[in-house]
Amino acid sequence: MSKKATATSKKTTGAAAAESPADAPVNRNLSKVERIELFRTMVRIRRFEERSLRAYQGKKIGGFMHPYIGQEAVAVGCCSLMMENDHVITAYRDHGHAIAVGMGLNEQMAEMYGKATGCSKGKGGSMHFFAPDRNFWGGHGIVGGQIPLGIGLAYGLKYLGRKGAAMAFMGDGAVNQGAVHESYNLAALWQLPVIFVIENNGYSMGTSQSRSSAGELAKRAEGYNMAWDTCDGHDLYTVRAMMDKYLKLAREQSKPAVIEIRCYRYRGHSVADPDNTYRTKAEIEEYRRTKDPIQTFQQQLIAAKILTEAEAEEIDQAARAEAEAAAEFAEASPFPTTDDIQKDVYWETDNPAERKSQGRLFFN
Amino acid sequence: MPAITYREAIRHALAEELERDKNVVVLGEEVGQFNGSYKVTEGLLAKFGPDRIVDTPISEAGFIGMGVGASMLGVRPVMELMFWSFYSVAFDQILNNAANVRYMSGGLINCPIVIRGPANGGTNVGATHSHTPENVLANHPGVKVVVPATPYDAKGLLKSAIRDNDPVMFLENTILYGNKGEVPGEEYLIPLGSADVKREGTDLTIVTYGRSVLHSLAAADVLQKEHNLSVEVVDLRSIRPLDIDTVLKSVAKTHRVLIVEEQKPFASVGTQLTYMIQREAFDELDAPIHRVTTVDAPAIYSPPVEIEQLPNPGRVLKAALEILN
Ligand SMILES: Cc1ncc(C[n+]2csc(CCOP(=O)(O)OP(=O)(O)O)c2C)c(N)n1
Ligand SMILES: [Mg+2]
Repeated sequence: MSKKATATSKKTTGAAAAESPADAPVNRNLSKVERIELFRTMVRIRRFEERSLRAYQGKKIGGFMHPYIGQEAVAVGCCSLMMENDHVITAYRDHGHAIAVGMGLNEQMAEMYGKATGCSKGKGGSMHFFAPDRNFWGGHGIVGGQIPLGIGLAYGLKYLGRKGAAMAFMGDGAVNQGAVHESYNLAALWQLPVIFVIENNGYSMGTSQSRSSAGELAKRAEGYNMAWDTCDGHDLYTVRAMMDKYLKLAREQSKPAVIEIRCYRYRGHSVADPDNTYRTKAEIEEYRRTKDPIQTFQQQLIAAKILTEAEAEEIDQAARAEAEAAAEFAEASPFPTTDDIQKDVYWETDNPAERKSQGRLFFN
Repeated sequence: MPAITYREAIRHALAEELERDKNVVVLGEEVGQFNGSYKVTEGLLAKFGPDRIVDTPISEAGFIGMGVGASMLGVRPVMELMFWSFYSVAFDQILNNAANVRYMSGGLINCPIVIRGPANGGTNVGATHSHTPENVLANHPGVKVVVPATPYDAKGLLKSAIRDNDPVMFLENTILYGNKGEVPGEEYLIPLGSADVKREGTDLTIVTYGRSVLHSLAAADVLQKEHNLSVEVVDLRSIRPLDIDTVLKSVAKTHRVLIVEEQKPFASVGTQLTYMIQREAFDELDAPIHRVTTVDAPAIYSPPVEIEQLPNPGRVLKAALEILN
């Protein structure tokens, strides 16, 4: 299977391999409270998404919805390392990143319900969450289309003289888009502080990696003289140890990198995918049983006596309750009105007192 | 007032805005060391240095998207497309990202980016290099579209475009780059969305923009001298926002309309204008609206025939006489 193929990939740097990821300084220095918060964030993502799926089945949510369930350690691991000037952009499978950067569940659920209280006032939907105040720049529906924007964030940081890094997330299918390769070249050519994070969940919709990509995914960075690495994405500590190293290189030396993180999604590609054509139930079960990122981290915390089963259960109950409350909030919220359709199109028409242009901007 | 070229007018606008705001940065293929494919950016690298004037690889999707991303952070990139025709490879970045990000974020984000470059036929470069996408661009709420015809307009409009907080598509014309016109020495701005009556008249309104303004003015001269007909020429200057009021005022005066545009006819800018004029000034019209467009085919290479495929003074004259007789 494709996942096995990448497991043997040659790494440009072998340094982190010696010590256990949990012992890497970035993890070793975590307080108990911080560890529990990381766990809580993963649990909140999962319970939020499960609640969203139920809402979808109940016809409260329209369109597409791409569950992140199974991949939680990737977004939480990466985003937990964000500093003041670090930025994140991703594709349509964006709920995990949104929660990981600190967006509230209410505004996300309300967005999916198409309500005016949603993070985008009901104008974006599941695939298009944004929170610029949390350095989260979407939520993008076109496969690979967000990657040029991601290098733009990095270019902006560099141009404005801010010490930070951009993380541009994409899937294993997105790596085959031309815009991604153009972005690799620009990032390497201009040494932009960007980490391209490939969340390799093994499939682009119903097409396995081996049926869509020639060669190793992250290794393509070599063609651009860019650092690359791969790691397991089921273990939160591993993700953090890997990303910490490259984020520092980006922030401090403005070095780009391509990091492939192996993960797995348990649900269909989207709510529209019955998930019965391209993989076996046994494969999914095997991942759930042996590699689940939440279970893995929970066991680590329990073994380290940071968490008890009872506390884990409490966190889980609280996350379920929070997701439920978000659904209630969304349900109770008003829809936008037809008058809202033409708001938020132009900065100028939203700020009429400062409008400088004349003439008609809308044509009804 | 000194007379300068259209090319110089754009260059002066860029230089003044680069000087005024350190967040303004010019990026594109050959804009720096090579001094610009059409020499628009000549000398800017020497003056502003490589951080402000950036030569990009031939990666329109990559670098235009990068500019859009940087604009979300408050950089004000002015991106040069060597030809607007190449927008097709960056279509997703321009019309999915720049145009939609504000909307999809519920107004949380804006993209103060300018994308500029020439968009015209008439230079015998064939179908791939002769696109005039102002109608396609203007079809996307979220972007603004500007097409200047004269040095004066080009400078004043570009300065406004760079200061605008929305994405502005600025369409120039390689054939106009060498044209001279008077431009004041002191600073001025022209607001986007203000049409300009380039010639006053009473018998016919020609609504036009870009290089077609010059063809229309030439035809209007002949109509006056040889046919004693008085033609008003309204230069839109900006397609979106659109100054329809100036158009309607002229229609109320002349009661006859000819649209002249370097556009394929199907769903062109003129199509939209025609709809609006009949909808808002039906009773003012004494004749059906006519138009002169690009003859409906991909741009032909053959030099003498390409002249006839595009609007030109002869075709404008003929169409005007059809309406007026
Ligand atoms: C340009 C484009 N082509 C196709 C699609 C439809 N589509 C949406 S997601 C997807 C699969 C992408 O897979 P991958 O990059 O691995 O990300 P994942 O969904 O696994 O997170 C496809 C084909 C799209 N949204 N955009
Ligand atoms: Mg995938």
